[in-house]
Amino acid sequence: MLMVYLRGLLLLLCLAGLSTPAFSVAVDTPLDDPRQEARARAIHKQLRCLVCQNQSIEDSNASLARDLRILVRERIAAGDSDDAAIGYIVERYGDWVLLRPPIKAGTLVLWAAPAVFLILAIILIAVWYRRRNGPASKPVASLSAEEQVRLKDLLDRGDQP
Amino acid sequence: MIAELGHFALVLALSVALVQATIPLLGAWRGDPGWIGLARPAALVQCLLVSIAFGALMHAYVTSDFSVLNVATNSHSAKPLLYKISGVWGNHEGSLLLWLLILVLFGAAVALFGGNLPAPFRARVLSVQAMIAIGFLAFVLFTSNPFERLFPVPLDGRGLNPLLQDPGLAFHPPFLYLGYVGFSMAFSFAVAALIEGRVDAAWARWVRPWTLAAWCFLTMGIALGSWWAYYELGWGGWWFWDPVENASFMPWLAGTALLHSSIVVEKRDSLKNWTVLLAIVTFSLSLLGTFLVRSGVLTSVHAFATDPARGVFILGFLIVVIAGSLTLYAIRAPAMKGGGLFAPVSREGGLVLNNLLLSTACATVLLGTLYPLFLDAVTGEKITVGPPYFNATFGPLMLPALIAMAVGPMLRWKRADLGGAVQRLKFAIAATVAALFLTLVLAYDGPWLAIPGIALGVWMIAAALEEAAYRLRLFRVPVGESLRRLVRSPRSAWGTTFAHAGAGMVIIGIVASSSWQVEKLQVMRPGEEVAVGGYSFKFIGARPFKGPNYNAVRGAFQVSRNGVDITLMEPESREYQDPPMETTEAAIRTGWGGDLYAVIGDPTGDGVWSTRFYNKPMIHWIWMGALVMVFGGMVSLSDRRHRVGAPSRRKAGAKPLKVAQSMAGK
Repeated sequence: MLMVYLRGLLLLLCLAGLSTPAFSVAVDTPLDDPRQEARARAIHKQLRCLVCQNQSIEDSNASLARDLRILVRERIAAGDSDDAAIGYIVERYGDWVLLRPPIKAGTLVLWAAPAVFLILAIILIAVWYRRRNGPASKPVASLSAEEQVRLKDLLDRGDQP
Repeated sequence: MIAELGHFALVLALSVALVQATIPLLGAWRGDPGWIGLARPAALVQCLLVSIAFGALMHAYVTSDFSVLNVATNSHSAKPLLYKISGVWGNHEGSLLLWLLILVLFGAAVALFGGNLPAPFRARVLSVQAMIAIGFLAFVLFTSNPFERLFPVPLDGRGLNPLLQDPGLAFHPPFLYLGYVGFSMAFSFAVAALIEGRVDAAWARWVRPWTLAAWCFLTMGIALGSWWAYYELGWGGWWFWDPVENASFMPWLAGTALLHSSIVVEKRDSLKNWTVLLAIVTFSLSLLGTFLVRSGVLTSVHAFATDPARGVFILGFLIVVIAGSLTLYAIRAPAMKGGGLFAPVSREGGLVLNNLLLSTACATVLLGTLYPLFLDAVTGEKITVGPPYFNATFGPLMLPALIAMAVGPMLRWKRADLGGAVQRLKFAIAATVAALFLTLVLAYDGPWLAIPGIALGVWMIAAALEEAAYRLRLFRVPVGESLRRLVRSPRSAWGTTFAHAGAGMVIIGIVASSSWQVEKLQVMRPGEEVAVGGYSFKFIGARPFKGPNYNAVRGAFQVSRNGVDITLMEPESREYQDPPMETTEAAIRTGWGGDLYAVIGDPTGDGVWSTRFYNKPMIHWIWMGALVMVFGGMVSLSDRRHRVGAPSRRKAGAKPLKVAQSMAGK
């Protein structure tokens, strides 16, 4: 983790150096094209601020988050597609930077779990309910043949006053 | 000297807790009234001792005694008094002490006001409470001593994280802890009942008020925390699904389930095993939450390595509590027979559905929160589980719960007629359809999810109101009769009405603010103007000023609508020295329609500033809704049926100790 982090820092330092002509001070300057800016903002919401707790770079004051925001804008302005821009960041920081964990071998359990939990819980409740209400309600539900005859007898008698 | 007194009081408290955890328990087993009787004085003495320790730490903070390491690390002499006080729990050691203080206060409340509990049962409850206290006292004394001295004494302290120097956050942890620890009462009652092997309606009546009170506190604590995030972090976000938030949200989900299942135990003598299990799980999640946040294991996976003693202790304590209580449960639960039968469509059935969905949602949040840790430990892969995951999983799980929640209170016990219940909600259905069309017409160009979202919120509120009207037989009987019913109907039913309507308000706030928010980011010079969703923000200028322990820049923006000036908004950007950190203080103007939100960012030179403006429609409904929910909980708490053994109305009159009494189940 530390290595990834250091690599990222180095990269950012280099980029900060490269981008000096464009930005005198690293500041959130929106892109001129509103459509490009909207795309960049949407990507910001999917990327993690590396030094925060689960905050997206869109939601963070950390300078590292700001630098990443600028980086994404640069990629979009350079003509990258959304996927390419995200890929560019993931290539450098790993899947860790994605707030939505990608579906892969290691995250199958994570993505499948909610449905599995729900189904398991429903089965457990169904089993519990049947076991509890089943035997208890049976004697009430079914009358023996003899009882049914008597019942019919009683009802028939009731019909004739 | 005072710090040493505090330390000594803690050591004494540990010895008292050891006695309280064993003797009354043995006494209840042997039927020895003398040993049973020890529980009460022990709980009171323990409360006194921990209060002394807490007072000693408070004293060190208020007087800025930097010879105490904890104070030197987390306080500063230039800090305002409020934050010197809140600084006591703004750190690991102090917050544990606060936890402990609330725990023993609740224990003392049981000792003082639990007179209607059978003495052996009360003794067992207090013993279990003392066992929890032993865990915390040992943890504080052996790994996190807040009274450690520092030599040489520094001239000044290192200060409190400026983000925490805020009134909202000063009261956020105490509320959370009141919630967590409140659930410890449900846990102690559950374990005591397991030891006795008896769970019945009376048990549920003792447990319910505690759970209700804990739920109110926790709801309040979470709402305060999210409100703080909203105005302090400066980006207008109020919930990030970050592990620390999840840590408090999981006990809330489980506690909400517990609140509802204990109704079934009380009314129908059913779902007993499950309710006891939920009580255990809820408190275990509270413990997990406390430790996850305080150990820092989630902030940085390396935190355990920096102090292995703490990590090992936490794991050990969690294992003992969870494994111990679950083992006891496994031994005792099968012997407990459930009572009342019910049809799938019934009030009980509705509450089972509530529990099914809340527990599944809670399990999902737990998995999502801990999964990165598991994966890292097993494969070394690093991933982040962020808001998109929780929105995609938690949302669909909660949706049916929210829809069904409107119908539940209309269902009869044992066997209900779903069609009839829905029919009785005809006005709510009409209101929902109207909301659907109205949103469609007014906001056809917005995100389509907003339309069913708003309708859902309206459905929840309208159904809650219609259920209340049905209960009063409003417009079907003379007004006088309805008024009589208003006075007579049980407060807990009103609690339900408020809490459910409050939840609907929260939904509307969430949907409206996230769907129709307008945001503008730009760089501005003084004199420039920006339009934000019908409002115009004119930048007047920015000037530096000096606060008590920070330097700041304050921007001034004149806000107008259709050429009419509405307000002046003055967001700040603060720079603290101890410790060095920048914070944004957003300017927020709350109106009927929603919030205007302005932030001033960094200067870019030449008098140009980066600024951010938001128009967030109806966002204040989120916190108003939460307040209404808490109010509902409090109304329910005041129900005289929650005070077992309060036969006459006279006793139900307003008394200052009402909450404490009802919490003790009087």
